[in-house]
This record gives sequence, structure tokens and C-alpha cells, in this order.
Amino acid sequence: MGIRFVLMVNKQGQTRLAQYYEYLNIEERRTLEGEIVRKCLARNEQQCSFVEHRNYKVVYRRYASLFFLVGVDNEENELAILEFIHLLVETMDRHFGNVCELDIMFHLEKAHFMLEEMVMNGCIVETSKASILSPIQLMDKAA
Amino acid sequence: MAGGGPSLMDSLFQRSLDDLIKGLRLSSPDNKLNFISKSLDEIRREIKSTDPQTKSTALQKLTYLHSLHAVDMSFAAFHSVELSSSAVHSHKRVAFLSAALSFNPSTTDVILLLTHQLRKDLSSPNHHDVSLALSTISSICNPDLARDLTPELFTLLSSSKMFVKKKAIAAVLRVFEQYPDAVRVCFKRVVENLEGADMGVLSAVVGLFCELTVNEPRSYLPLAPEFYKILVDCRNNWVLIKVLKIFAKLAPLEPRLGKRVVEPICEHMGRTGAKSLAFECVRTIVTSLSEHESALKLAVEKMREFLLDDDPNLKYLGLQALAIVSENHMWAVLENKELVVKALSDVDVNIKLEALRLVMSMVSEDNVMEICRILMSHALKSDPEFCNEILEFILLTCSRNVYEVIIDFDWYVSFLGEMARIPHCQKGREIEAQLVDIGMRVKDVRLELVHVARDLVIDPALLGNPFIHGVLAAASWVSGEYVELSRNPFELMEALLQPRTSLLPPSVRAIYIQSSFKVLTFCIYSYLGLDGDVASEPLSDTELDNDNVVITHRQTSSPSSSKHNLTQESIMSLLNLVETNLGPLAGSDEVEVQERASNVLGLIKLMKPRIIGGLNQSEEELKASESIKLIYDAFSEELAPVSLNSQERVPIPDGLVLKENLNELEAICGDFKLPLSTSFSLVKTRMFEKDATSISECQSKEESEPSNESTSLLSEHRKRHGLYYLASESKESLSNDYPPAHDSKDKAIDEAEDLVKLTEQSLVFKKKSNPLKPRPVVLRLDDGENSNFVSKKLEVKEDLISGAVQEVLLGTEASTSSSRSKLLKKSSTGVPELKDDTGNNDISEVSLVGSGRKKHSKERKHRSSGKEKEEHNNKDKQKSDRRHSKHKSRQRADSALAAQSPVIPDFLL
Repeated sequence: MGIRFVLMVNKQGQTRLAQYYEYLNIEERRTLEGEIVRKCLARNEQQCSFVEHRNYKVVYRRYASLFFLVGVDNEENELAILEFIHLLVETMDRHFGNVCELDIMFHLEKAHFMLEEMVMNGCIVETSKASILSPIQLMDKAA
Repeated sequence: MAGGGPSLMDSLFQRSLDDLIKGLRLSSPDNKLNFISKSLDEIRREIKSTDPQTKSTALQKLTYLHSLHAVDMSFAAFHSVELSSSAVHSHKRVAFLSAALSFNPSTTDVILLLTHQLRKDLSSPNHHDVSLALSTISSICNPDLARDLTPELFTLLSSSKMFVKKKAIAAVLRVFEQYPDAVRVCFKRVVENLEGADMGVLSAVVGLFCELTVNEPRSYLPLAPEFYKILVDCRNNWVLIKVLKIFAKLAPLEPRLGKRVVEPICEHMGRTGAKSLAFECVRTIVTSLSEHESALKLAVEKMREFLLDDDPNLKYLGLQALAIVSENHMWAVLENKELVVKALSDVDVNIKLEALRLVMSMVSEDNVMEICRILMSHALKSDPEFCNEILEFILLTCSRNVYEVIIDFDWYVSFLGEMARIPHCQKGREIEAQLVDIGMRVKDVRLELVHVARDLVIDPALLGNPFIHGVLAAASWVSGEYVELSRNPFELMEALLQPRTSLLPPSVRAIYIQSSFKVLTFCIYSYLGLDGDVASEPLSDTELDNDNVVITHRQTSSPSSSKHNLTQESIMSLLNLVETNLGPLAGSDEVEVQERASNVLGLIKLMKPRIIGGLNQSEEELKASESIKLIYDAFSEELAPVSLNSQERVPIPDGLVLKENLNELEAICGDFKLPLSTSFSLVKTRMFEKDATSISECQSKEESEPSNESTSLLSEHRKRHGLYYLASESKESLSNDYPPAHDSKDKAIDEAEDLVKLTEQSLVFKKKSNPLKPRPVVLRLDDGENSNFVSKKLEVKEDLISGAVQEVLLGTEASTSSSRSKLLKKSSTGVPELKDDTGNNDISEVSLVGSGRKKHSKERKHRSSGKEKEEHNNKDKQKSDRRHSKHKSRQRADSALAAQSPVIPDFLL
């Protein structure tokens, strides 16, 4: 399983989206998020985007006030994950138009659906923005 | 509304998700929990509603709270199931999303109730329903679900809609994991998709194989031609990265495959602009293709580019890749050493750590001192956290494999002492262990060790730092244990009893007291001159003579110290000192402390009359001498480690038959029991013979050197608390006695320059320049130590998958094999065919059915490389025989593959 979890966290450390690709119970999630957020948010721009935590490698990137953190296993290519994060942000940008924290807060489900289109079972299955968004656009139309 | 039952009012005035989020945003942090529990009450009510819209909104809100505010929603599991059957797609989405985010595949029992709905959705004409069901399966799949839905998945794997197909492929991985038998059904279709032109599908299928190969790569060797084609033809970086990962796993299994792929990989590396792909190429080469020299050179060049880049990410990854190469190709690290060393002062602690790891990997016998010195100066300037990282690495590297890299132990023990003095040092525990360990293992270093220990024990400032109390415990133990090597036992005694020892935890304090016991015994013993007149044991005689040498030497060489030579007066003041200091401790409420203090006091009580009595010995006083001798002898017994297996090495005497059956004896002996042979671990050693001379040398050399800080601190202390010290006349002589063991504090080293110097000097691999002194003997047990128990853990599930995969790929069943060869015919144009081989397997398999085991053992003789695999199979065999009769066929598949695998890569050649 390449990707183990995707987190979006604001700079106050509040989780805005959490998607796990392996089952963890609430308590485990809470501690894991707390530890990782504390570790990553303390780092500055001149430092690299990779942090090792427990048996995860966390690849993170900051966009404005929002941190995108992706936990992967040791086999995964860190730079590809950075590109994946960027792709995710671009996709959301295209859909929401200048995506911000509030967009994700109020459209959490949509964000989950986008992720669902891009990643299944921890594997990246879709990298074309248009293909990712088309089912969501259909849903919007239907609603 | 009364009674909490759902009503029209609920649906009309239900809060939407947006309302909930807004409410959460408005509520103050203190109020938040309150707000959440209030909302939760509403949700519990609303979710029972029969109106799907109300239910859906409630579930939506609950999912939100669960996902971001850690609210337990297991109570709503059934409602998710209920809503999932809604005809409205958006409701269905809410239901499945909540299931995916909250269900625990192994414990949520309502998952089974979803089976029917999922099956229906999987065969729905609406491909959005299908895709939703597939996503859900991949997150909540359990073995039952996997088994029940395999047929539907099988159909979807050849769907004409790429959108559905790619998701089916991604979901099938999870199904394989949960229900390995699904492989038999679906694997062929999955493989067929390796040919597809659709990027989404290809990406999914390559991703799937990437995951599968991680666990058992050998099974996928037959697919190498397909992967190769993708490697050469594909232009999608995501896919290429995954294919590279697959080859990184396959190449080590088959050298010819490596030869074949190394060229296209280098091409990609040279051509691509994407750093991610370039890095993957580098990583593949260094992990799996490092024997291809030209490729490795290219990779190392690329790494250098990364290291030189301003992007910290590339720097970090470059260092990581370098660490992988360093295992077998140190030259690559040496080529980039100045960059590595520079990275030690990076702003990013992660980069620093990687660099540190690399620097430590460069350590050899020749450069260990310099590297350690430089790192030490680095540690002094770093923040506490990194400082301790450095110390940990040093300690770990130096002690590796029983201090393999250390030649000059004198240097190393004084270095350990220095380390303990670093203000941030938190590695007391490790230093403690090493000090004691070295003391026991390396005889020749004990003299220096005693000096180091003395410097540590004597320094009152160190007692205030709880992190190094362990080190002090070790130091005091060393001082007591090897007190014969100490140049001034009196001073040592003062140090062990200094008032600040009250800061120590009881366990350490007990060691201090025990050590002072040893010191006291030694002093009295020497004073009584027992060493001279006991000649019964030649061994102890020489030993004691040496002690004598020490003491007499002091007399002659340094008249200033003659005063605290062993006169009656000095011994008496020593006894009084100990009594004054330990007296109060006899009433300590700490058991260890109290007991040991009482021991010492008891000894003093016993000895005092004897010492006062002088030469007019009464009978009792003689007894006292006797007992001090006994105690002293007990302490000079050396504890040495004994190998676990040493008994096995005792030669068996002639005529002793060990394996003879003793049953008859039992009848004769009846209830007699043979006494158990006790094993001895105490070994008396003859160690001090050589040392005495070196001691005297050292002494004369160092006598003239100036005092160090700690001694002056101690004398400062003495001024204030005179009561606890010996009479002041010995002061002057004391203060000038000992130089610091290792005085490097004055050398302020500019780290950067020095580090560069380091790269020039010490990282070069010199051939062993004749070391000044030969490496001392390091006692080491030849077995039982440091042996890594490699516990082989078999992952049963993965085993099953790969077994099934082999079965499908190599075609043990006629139908599969034929379709497989068809497939190959179709796919690998211009490549020799597999068909013949598979055919052979079919035949050999027939003969195998009867005598599977026999065949296995035969094969083992033939193949050397596959031995491990074979064992593996045999183990499986025993297991799976018990588990499932079905897997018998898999055994056949395994052996078929085993016979086959060397042939496979021929397709590529």
C-alpha cells in the first residue's frame, strides 16, 4: 500500500480532512495526527518536506494556510508524492476556483470524492484533472 | 417531538451540515465539546427518521464529526447500511462514504449486510454506482465480502468502460489480500490489462503489481517481458516510477534481467526532466543494479547533482540514496564527502541526521579518532536534540561488533569521559554500560579507565546532573573494582564520600558506598602489610607485590605525598572520615544504602582495634587481619563473562560415553539423584603483573603536570565543609596530583574548517598506518553475543496470493496454461515463447502429483539459488496441508515455478 493516509491541516493544527487507507481507530488517528502535525508544523520553509514518523514517511507541503500531509510507506517515491499533492491542490483549485480552507471545510465530501477518484487502496489511479472532476461535475449538475 | 421520536418537525427544522460547520466555527473552544454533544443528540434522533433525506443529512453530519472531531459513530453503522440502498445517488454516496470512513473491516459486523447492496451496485448499469461500490469495497473489504463479490469483480475487470475497469483493478488488490483464492479467478484478466492503452487502467494495474511484488517478487518474474515493454514504451512518469519499483524487486532475482533493463533505465535517467523519475532511476540502480558499474557511476553523478541542488528535498534524497550505496560502494560516499560534511551543518535536522549517518558509515579504524573529535566539537555547538543524536551515533558506531573500530582504548575511555561532561548529554546510560563493559573486556585499558573514572567521581559539579548519574555509577564502580591501579586511594575515598553524593539516587549511592568499601579494604590491607607476608599463593603474591610497588614508588618519587603514605595516623584519619560520612547513612530509609553503609561501618569497627593496637597483636586482632584478607581476596576475584556454550567445548575425556543410555542405571540407583553440576562463572585472573610497571611510568610522567578544574572545585568544597574531609595537611599534595585525562577543552575548533580538514585528512582510506601501539586484547565471547536471531515470519496471506499467482501464470491447470500461452503468444512479439516450457510443466506436474515431496528434495540438489525458496515451499506444504486441501495444487505450482524460473528471463534476451 503506497499511500497510507492523506491529511489536510490548517496552521493552527486543526484537521480539515483525514482519509486513511488502512483502518485505525479514533484514538489511534487522534494521536497520530497530533504527533505528525506537531512535527511538521514546527518546520520552516528552508527545510525539506519529508519527515519520518514511526513506520511512516510523511511527505508534506504547505499551501497558504493549509498543510497537506501524506503518509506513505518506505517504498514510495517522495517526489512523486509531492507532485501528487500538487495535483490534488490544482484539481481542487480548478473545481472551487482559488481553493481555500473554507472550501474544503464546507465541501468536505467533495474533497473526499476527488481523493477517491485519484487514490484507491493507497494506489494512485487517476492523474488527469478532467477525469477526476467529471463525476463530481455530473453530481453537481444533478443536484 | 416529545419522547424523541422523529417527526415532521425534525425534517423541517433539521440543521444542515453547513449549519453544523458554522455552529462549530462560532462556538468558543470551551464550548465546542458542549456544542458537539448537543448536535450529536440531534443526530441520534434524526438518523432514525424514515425520511431518507433527513437520515442522509444526519449521517452526513455525523461523518463530518467523526472524521474531524473524533466522534465515535459506530452506533450508526446500521443506518449507513440502510441508507446505502436508497435509489438516490447522493444518498447512496453519503452512506458509502460514511461506511468507508468509519467501518472497521475486521469488527464491524453489519458489513455483511452490505453484500447484497454492493453486488447489486456492482452490476448496475449506472457506472457511477459501480465506481462507488468499488471504492467502498476497497476500503471495507473483509474475507467474506471478498469471497462473495469475486464473480462481479471478475466481470468488471473486462468492462468496456475504462473508468470502471481501472477502479476494479485497484479494488481487486484488496480482494486478493482478503481472499487469495480470488487470484485464481481474476489474475488472468488483470494481466491482460498490462497491454492496455488507457493510462488510467495501466496506472492502476502497474500499481497493483507494484504492491504485489513487494512481498513475493519471484512469482512475477514471468511477467517481466510485459513490464519491460511498459518501461521502454510508456511516457507517463507515474507509471514509469511504479514499473521501476517492480524491476527493483525483480532484477536481483535474475542477473540477466538486470543486464537487460539497466540500459533503458539509464536512458530515462538521462532524458527525463522530472526529478521524481530521475530519483526513482537512481534508487533502482543503487538498490538493485549496483553491480553495473557504468550505470552506478551515472547514478552517483545524478546524486551529486541532487546534493548540489538548493532544494532541501533533493539534498535529503541524495543523501538517502548515498546511504544505500555506502553499504557496498564506499567510493561513492568518499567522492562526495565534502558535500556530506557540509550537510552536517544544514538548517534542517533531517538532512543533518542523514549526513551524520553517512559520516558514521565512513568510520574505520584509521579515522575513528578524528571523526569523533570533529563530531564532538559539532555536538558541543548543536542544540541538545542533535547533540544527543551525534552522541548516540558515536557510541553506537564505536561499540559496534565489540569495539571493532577502536584500537586505542585509552583514547576511547577518556573520550567517553569527555562525552559525559557535555552539558546536554543524555546518553548516560549507554556511556555507563560501555565504561563497565570495556573495563571487563579490555585489561590493558584499566589504568586509563581508572584515571577517567577518578576524574568523573571527583568532580562535584557532575553530581548535580541527573542525566549522568549512570556514568558516575560506572565510574565509582570502576574506581572501587580496580582500586589497585589508583594512584591515590585516599583522594578517591574523599571523592566517593563527598557531601554532594546526597544528590544521587539511592541505587547509585549504594554503588558509591560499595566502592568506598572496596577502597577501604584495599587501604587497610596494604597498611597491615598482609601483602608482604602471605606467600601461600604465588599468584596473589605477585599481584600484591605490585600493589606494593605502587605504594613504595610513591614514597620514593614524590616526597611531598609521603605524608599520606600508609601510616597509622593516615589510616586512622581515613577510618574516621568514612565513619563521619557514612555514620548517618546507617539510618537511611533506603535499604540498599543503609545496608551497605552498615557493612562499611562494621568493617571499621572490626579493624579499628587492630590498627590502634599496632604490632602487639592479640588473638582477636589477628582474626581481624585474617578477615580483611578474606574480604580483600573476595574483591580481587574478577568477574569475567562466560560464554553460553563454553561447556560444549570441554574436551570429552577418553572412555566417557555421553550418549549411552542410562536407563539401567536408573533401576540400580533408585531414588538417588545425581547432583547437578554447577557452572562456574567466577574466574580468577592474573592481570596485574604487567600493569605495575606501566603505572609507575605513568606516574612519574604525570606527577609534574598541573591540576585540573575538578580538583580545584573539590578543594574549594573542602574549605567549606572541612569536617567531611581528611586533615588538611594532605591538601597540597592532593591538588597537584592529577592532570585531566584528556584536556581538549581549550582547543576551540572552528567546526566548518575543521570538518573540511577532516574530509581531506581522515576520510581518505589509508592503508593501516602502523599504529603507535598495538590494539589491546578485547575479551570477547565467540558465540552467544550479538548474534542476530533472524526470525522468519511467514506472511501467510501473501504466500497464498503468490502461490495462486504462480499457479495461474505457470498454468498448472490445463485451461489456465493454455490461455496463458495464448496470451503470451499474443503479447510478446519477437520474444521466444513460454509455451514449450509451460507444456513441460504440465507434463512434469503429472508425475508430481503422486510424489510431491520426493520431487522437492530432488530439486534441492539441483538448484543452489532456489534453496531458500524450496524450504519455504516445504514449510508451506506442511501448513497448507493442514489448512486446505485446495492448496495442494499450489504446491505443484510452486515446484513447477521453481523448476521454471531460471528459464523465464530468456524472453528478454
